[in-house]
Amino acid sequence: MIDLLLLPALVGILVALVAGPLGSFTVWRGMAYLGDTLAHSALLGVAAALMFHWNIQIGILFCCIVIALLLLALQSNTRMSSDSLLGILSHSSLALGLVVVSVLPSQRVDLYAYLFGDLLMVNLQDVFVIAALVLLSLGLLIFFWRKLLMISIDEELAQAEGLNVRALKIVLIILLATVIAVAMKTVGILLITALLIIPAAAAQQLTRSPEAMALFASFCGILCVIGGLLASAWLDTPTGPSIVLCAAMLFSGAFILKSLARNKNKF
Amino acid sequence: MNRSAMNNLTNNSLLEVHNLSFVDQGREIIRNISLTIAEREITTVIGPNGAGKSTLMKIICGLLTPSSGHIHKKPQLRIGYMPQRLQLASSMPLKVSRFLSLADSNKKARQAALEKTGVAHLNGASMQTLSGGELQRVLLARALLRKPDLLVLDEPLQGVDINGQAALYRLIAALRDEQDCAVLMVSHDLHLVMAQTDKVLCLNQHICCHGEPESVSKHPEYLKLFGKQVAEDVAVYTHHHDHHHDMHGDVVHCDAGCKHDD
Repeated sequence: MIDLLLLPALVGILVALVAGPLGSFTVWRGMAYLGDTLAHSALLGVAAALMFHWNIQIGILFCCIVIALLLLALQSNTRMSSDSLLGILSHSSLALGLVVVSVLPSQRVDLYAYLFGDLLMVNLQDVFVIAALVLLSLGLLIFFWRKLLMISIDEELAQAEGLNVRALKIVLIILLATVIAVAMKTVGILLITALLIIPAAAAQQLTRSPEAMALFASFCGILCVIGGLLASAWLDTPTGPSIVLCAAMLFSGAFILKSLARNKNKF
Repeated sequence: MNRSAMNNLTNNSLLEVHNLSFVDQGREIIRNISLTIAEREITTVIGPNGAGKSTLMKIICGLLTPSSGHIHKKPQLRIGYMPQRLQLASSMPLKVSRFLSLADSNKKARQAALEKTGVAHLNGASMQTLSGGELQRVLLARALLRKPDLLVLDEPLQGVDINGQAALYRLIAALRDEQDCAVLMVSHDLHLVMAQTDKVLCLNQHICCHGEPESVSKHPEYLKLFGKQVAEDVAVYTHHHDHHHDMHGDVVHCDAGCKHDD
């Protein structure tokens, strides 16, 4: 069983490593809906990858980036609220993805795996692609960390201090797209934002600096992935939802700890 | 104004704005604004709500691109911008020390900046727990860390009472002397400005009038209202409008010619 779980655990840990800081940015900047939109467009990426025989992760990455750039273009050229634009893009791309997948030869597509993840089915090639994408995004994150933090604290102040806010937002969106491309393997399209947000929210309860929150979110994510994998192996439950449930329990624990600490301070 | 005259002007001026206009969705926010900021000069911009004060600050700081007009800045002009408030979400655990270290990694410089603005004790506090006045002082400390030639303060006194205002004015005046920087600030009060203000601009889409403030001591009613301590830090600005505005903000009476900045 160890052999069976080794590759999935490795992939899960890699995903959690990068999901921690990116999830923190998602929480700080209120980008959950953007994450959802990119995740939904991931199915379109899967369809494209199957059609043109690309690697799945690359297909997703490509599609997420196209949708993200489309969103940025729409945001600066229309007077519609970001919320509405995200809703339109999110559901149109999900619907288009579902339709395209349905016309592909059926034996090639396991829709369930894409919607809820198929961590137990990862192969060595997946591990290499995911490891490369994770290392690349971690490098970018470290390189741009101070600037990304600044635009998350206050975009106007950042711009007044000479940062290119627009370019940095694109960097952040591309990073988010990368995480989604790799995280889809673990928890699936419908649960990706949970893997981003819940560990970060748990870490927020227990940390006092943005860096600590990002690192601790990665650590929480790793715990959730391992916990979810073990649970799904023992109890024969679906892996993706088990991981997300682990995260929810971890968050509850952190929340209760924080509340207890706060009450203790009162007396 | 010919080219050489303009160059003469630039000798001790940090920033010159010529015929600046900003139009947002067909609505003119500011029009035809010209102003000069000299080294070490304190300029206060006053005007009613919606007059375009913040827009003007944002254009000067490079946050907005003007629809027409020019801004000439001294090469390598360093602007320290102090916004009204931060967008910072409550979800980011952030201490004052970390917030400042994003601007300057030198711990001693950060501590010194906090001491200058009188909030050294807040170094370890969480940004979200600061009161409005404390946040203003932390933002001011951050602007100072950038060693600015020009300090731009967008309504630094919102929600601060008159005693707090006087204290902040005293602080800004001291900082100007210490750091040798010019100050450009927006004030929400139409009549009271910082005592050390060299120049007041009254803005209502265009520059309605400009001039120097008068000491409060010439206005016994204000003196009585604030007491001597506060009166030393604030000054009175008397408007000399030669026109007024109709409901659309258009100038309707202007026979003597509006006193625009040349």
